[in-house]
Amino acid sequence: MSLKSRQALAIATACILVIGVMAAAGIAVWRDLGPEERGVLEPILNPRVGLLVMIGLVGAGAAAVLMKSFTEAHLAGPALLADEIGLVVATDPSRRLKPAGSADLQRIAEAVNNLADQRRSLQEDVEARIREARLSVEEERNRLAALMSELNQSVVVCNLDGRILLYNNRARLQFKALSDAPTAAGGGEIIGLGRSIYVVFERSLIVHALESIQERIRRQSAQPVANFVTTTRAGQLLRVQMAPVLTAATEADGETAVSGFVLMLDNITRNFEAETKRDQMLHTLTEGSRSSLANLRAAAEMLEYPDLDAELKDRFLKVIRDEVQGMSRRLDDTANAFADSLKTRWPLDEMLGADLVAAAQRYVEKKIGLPTKLEDVDPAVWVKVDSFSLLQAIGYLASRLSDEFEVREVRFRLTSAGRLAHLDLIWSGQAMSTETVMAWELEPMSFAGESSPLTVRDVVARHDGEIWLQREKTQHRAFFRLLLPSAAPQDQVEAATYLKGDSRPEYYDFDLFKRIEGTHELDDRLLSELAFTVFDTETTGLNPSEGDEIIQIGATRIVNGKLRKSESFDQLVDPLRELPEASTKIHGITPEMLVGQPPMSKVLPAFHAFAADTVLVAHNAAFDMRFLELKEASSGIRFDQPVLDTLLLSAVLHPSQESHRLEAISERMGVNIMGRHTAIGDAIVTGEVFLRMIPLLAEMGIRTLGEARRASEKTYYARIKY
Amino acid sequence: MTKKILIADDEQNIVISLEFLMKREGFSVCIANDGQEALDKVRSESPDLVLLDVMMPRKNGYEVCQEIRAEPALQATRILMLTAKGRETEVTKGMAMGADAYMTKPFSTKELVAKVKLLLDIPA
Repeated sequence: MSLKSRQALAIATACILVIGVMAAAGIAVWRDLGPEERGVLEPILNPRVGLLVMIGLVGAGAAAVLMKSFTEAHLAGPALLADEIGLVVATDPSRRLKPAGSADLQRIAEAVNNLADQRRSLQEDVEARIREARLSVEEERNRLAALMSELNQSVVVCNLDGRILLYNNRARLQFKALSDAPTAAGGGEIIGLGRSIYVVFERSLIVHALESIQERIRRQSAQPVANFVTTTRAGQLLRVQMAPVLTAATEADGETAVSGFVLMLDNITRNFEAETKRDQMLHTLTEGSRSSLANLRAAAEMLEYPDLDAELKDRFLKVIRDEVQGMSRRLDDTANAFADSLKTRWPLDEMLGADLVAAAQRYVEKKIGLPTKLEDVDPAVWVKVDSFSLLQAIGYLASRLSDEFEVREVRFRLTSAGRLAHLDLIWSGQAMSTETVMAWELEPMSFAGESSPLTVRDVVARHDGEIWLQREKTQHRAFFRLLLPSAAPQDQVEAATYLKGDSRPEYYDFDLFKRIEGTHELDDRLLSELAFTVFDTETTGLNPSEGDEIIQIGATRIVNGKLRKSESFDQLVDPLRELPEASTKIHGITPEMLVGQPPMSKVLPAFHAFAADTVLVAHNAAFDMRFLELKEASSGIRFDQPVLDTLLLSAVLHPSQESHRLEAISERMGVNIMGRHTAIGDAIVTGEVFLRMIPLLAEMGIRTLGEARRASEKTYYARIKY
Repeated sequence: MTKKILIADDEQNIVISLEFLMKREGFSVCIANDGQEALDKVRSESPDLVLLDVMMPRKNGYEVCQEIRAEPALQATRILMLTAKGRETEVTKGMAMGADAYMTKPFSTKELVAKVKLLLDIPA
């Protein structure tokens, strides 16, 4: 009952009560009177009935007025106060009550205000602490992620189920090299958050390594790690070091438990090949030389016999000439080949030559305070260097030039010379004697507060390089030339892939540390915690049953409520049939672009692997699924995972909207459209749209996969069949 | 009676010297240029001693040695292995395959002659 009606009721009751009491009093007195008394009174009262009624009404009116002011004080006042308190509690904690009404009510309001103040400060304190904690966790995560992405080693972290929780860029590149699928997923079908590491490694191998780690932990080994070498599907040799991820010791049992593991991977295929090559070289050198020497020695000893005729003598001499030539050749070959393999011994980093020169400039200017300039710097040269010691050597030479020969400026030049690069340190002025240069090269480097046990010669030897002084007499200047090993420029590609995507790495997600239950109960799982593969296809036409084929598949992943654009699948497909010109207008794919692309029989297995263990999402999924289903018989590949359709979900969310085309939905959802009508572009838009649908669906009570599927089925569009 | 020696080696540059050396020592000499030929010649020519190189095409010295030792008719044939493989493991393997002696390249021709004579019981 509302306050108003309660007030009205109270007032009405008071009126009725007053009139009732007056009427009852009148009736009681009338009943008590004798007949003669009534006879006397009747003529007196009868003409005054109107007056009596008036008195009754005035009494009732007075009661109503009194009652109204009473209810205002004692009903409306507390009710208003209650409402205000409700607002403070539920909606606006910063709101305060205005003391009003009776003194008691005012005291209550003040007390409530005090309580609210206390609550506010407590809340702020808690919030501040949570914010602080979250910030520091976030900071640590970012630091870890940044650190990992810089690491030269591949790192993958898994939980005990073998699900990948974290990986770095190097690991992604390495798995890309391991992938035996076409360029499609770029290794993404192997490595990705939430994917199983058992795709790469035998489960038993990991289990065995984990067991030996457990054993080491039990024996309280200082380093509970396990090492193993294994070959992958693509025939690569991997050296793996496994370390456990330990949970903090609980107070209850005081024992640490293994909650996951870290894998550090090294592709040693190339090392192994290098070692094999070295072995072979040694082998040819020893055994080859032995038999050559045997031939030589035997021939030489035969020549000592005096009874040799001229013809035989010539033959033995020819043997000697032959063998000497053969041995020289072998020696040269070995020396060359060894020179190559020696280079790999000291850990040298490959870097862009121009970067090295820039670093040298900064180093000399800052440390020595000597101005520098650049001459010819070949931007395409990559070098293989230990940059730290090399910069020291350059700084040391520059400091001696400045100290002893009053050189005012040095210049740098970098040129390519086949397998080598020339790094020149140039100055104008007199050239020093060769003895001086020798002395510089052989003294331990100490300058400008730096002191190293190494000499310039050592540094040069580390690079298997050379250094010499050269004079440019015509220009009155001289330079030190450093001969450095150059590196293959294909690493530039790696660097480019490295920069792709957001600066913030998407490669980690610690929330996945929670164990993921088996996929069979997917229907009861929340949409917000499932992994999805969002995909789209471009086709030759609209009728798969009449021979239209897929010509492009694009897909991306959603894991833990985030779109993982860096884990994407983007592949053109040779449809093995002609491409109608009309379709090119829609998707922009020309027949030339499809030349040399893999056919569906190659792409489908890769896509299947990419989508493994996830729910498929597509816009107008029925269309794409029909194409995939028609390939089932010939490829033997079945996409039996659940499928969600953003078109149907849009119809669930906005049944009154006319258009559920992807453009219309993304506009409604505020998703920016970029690169539409490429499969990967559409897949990403669909993914963004889907992510924004999840909370809207939740508001409608659709939270789990099962609920979303049932709601989709109910919509009108579900009945459309292609 | 002159003893017959089979020289089995695919390298002509050593065969020339060995042939001259053995003939000069008064042996009759036949030559095989690979493992299979060596085995055939052992059967057809019945040499008293084989100078057997290990690294040969078609059949290596170990195999030839093993097959000779497997045939009862050829038991009298002495086998002197000559090889560039100098590791102890390889010497051991050669002896295990049934070689009577083993010489590692490069060797002294004088020592070779001495060893051949020793194997054939000819006084030096």
